[in-house]
Amino acid sequence: MSKVWHYGDDINTDMLFPGKYTYTCSTAEEIIPHLLEDLDPDFAGQVKAGDIIMAGKNFGCGSSREQPALGLRAVNIQAVVAKSYARIFYRAAINQGLTLIECPEAIDAYRDGDDVTLDIKKGWIEIGRQRFTFPVLPEAIIAIRDAGGLLPYTRIKLAEANQKNNS
Amino acid sequence: MGKTYAEKILALKAGLDDVVSGQIVTVRPDHLLTHDNTAAIIGKIADELDAYGIVHPDLPVIVLDHVVPAANEKTALNHKRIREFVKRFNVTNFYDAGAGICHQVVIEKGLALPGSIIVGSDSHTCTYGALNVFSTGIDRTEAAALMLTGETWFKVPGSIKIMLNGALPGHVSAKDLVLQIIGDLRADGANYCAVEFHGDISGLSMEERITISNMGVEMGAKIAVFPVDSVAEKYLESLGISKASYAGLWSDPDADYLCELNYDLGDVRSMVAKPHTVDNVVPVSDVAGIEIDQCLLGTCTNGRLSDFRIAADILREKQVSPRVRLLILPASRTVMHEALKAGYIETLTDAGAILLPPGCGPCLGAHMGVLAPGERCLSTANRNFKGRMGCKEADIYLASPATVAVSAITGKITDPKQFLG
Repeated sequence: MSKVWHYGDDINTDMLFPGKYTYTCSTAEEIIPHLLEDLDPDFAGQVKAGDIIMAGKNFGCGSSREQPALGLRAVNIQAVVAKSYARIFYRAAINQGLTLIECPEAIDAYRDGDDVTLDIKKGWIEIGRQRFTFPVLPEAIIAIRDAGGLLPYTRIKLAEANQKNNS
Repeated sequence: MGKTYAEKILALKAGLDDVVSGQIVTVRPDHLLTHDNTAAIIGKIADELDAYGIVHPDLPVIVLDHVVPAANEKTALNHKRIREFVKRFNVTNFYDAGAGICHQVVIEKGLALPGSIIVGSDSHTCTYGALNVFSTGIDRTEAAALMLTGETWFKVPGSIKIMLNGALPGHVSAKDLVLQIIGDLRADGANYCAVEFHGDISGLSMEERITISNMGVEMGAKIAVFPVDSVAEKYLESLGISKASYAGLWSDPDADYLCELNYDLGDVRSMVAKPHTVDNVVPVSDVAGIEIDQCLLGTCTNGRLSDFRIAADILREKQVSPRVRLLILPASRTVMHEALKAGYIETLTDAGAILLPPGCGPCLGAHMGVLAPGERCLSTANRNFKGRMGCKEADIYLASPATVAVSAITGKITDPKQFLG
């Protein structure tokens, strides 16, 4: 069963990744040790692939820094589930191939210790025995996420365009 | 049904007759702003830059402002790599350390034109909404892809209408108004939305509008935009931009809004955002008397000439409290020159202020002015998150330049009304 990391409302980018490291840490190896440092000092050392983050409203508000999304993708978080997201973080997650689920009902239903399972493609999440659905993303966005993020997606597009020009 | 500003500009830029809220459109932004994070951005696409180069040398606007001058070898190397990149790809719009904070520089250099789209790898890119620009923040990865392709997508946002009525009282500023709005809407109240300002905007100077749009992101907004009026036209003219070189857009009177908020400007009071969220807003009088250790006048929110004038008028022939360090950072070299010529810098440093080079440093704890555990800072900046100024055990309060200047004298948070009436 996936471990669930449970946090509140308005988790901002400084809590997810302190600003003082923004110009010294940009690779996954540099970012991971500082993930959620000012929010939950245990997180970086204990997080495992497949873990889930559950949070309240406006997750990822604040700066445009992408290190939180990059880092959470790098440690293979299965998904972040929140009531809502700040828009730059939402885009950053798509660009990194990190799965975000917006499902306020699931967050309201969740109690510490509940089992959480989810299916991204079908658009459902189960909290204990309660199942909730969430909207599946538009195809254009899924294409970016499923390519592994915006840069892999862009590389494919550029190579295709280049091939077309040369043929 | 009429159209909102966001619907109009995204339809125009996407080459579509009509778009609706929620639709995904592809656009080619007029400019891509990046700053010290350019080094990390180009580092992601080194191979692609070798193979394809950048899409167009006019697209990027690069301003070194976050850690200037470089604080250590690592940040110096970042700057060096950016300068090499600029030279290699003949980037037209490059402004090295010392020019100022990117958002002020973009405006001063006449790059923020009404009716254009600017994206930037900085959340306060929404600042140019004051000049009718559809401008918003993106992350580094998206900036990297844009360097290569010049193209990105937007979901057409729903819009919120904020109607302003009357005029602000003398001691109250645009910062107080925008803090009040954020306190009402909360940090996520305008999430994903376009915020439009309507009504009696003619009494707000361009610098005041810039302060307001700058903080749009603190209510979650994608853009925070004003129409082009004679104040905006005159301001652009002062930057050497003729009316013929831009075409502003504005919403139709019967456009559809998610909600409408009304503000009587005459009722707005001096406000403070308490730690550790920007929407934790109260009247200054509620926190008056709290002792402070540092004051900061500057940042992309409140580091312009009118902000320095307000502070200088208050601090003239007065002294900063011995318990307080007052840091002043003009938003740009131009602001610094004008403030020097007007005598504001001399007045402020005579009062005990410490002049820092134009830039962002202390605001995000990246460079100078870092706080110690247990200290409190009263700042004209736009964020007071825990750890923002480099120390997670310090408290940051946000306020207007007048409140900061008055409080610097008394050494505790003070309502400027007592001084200014």
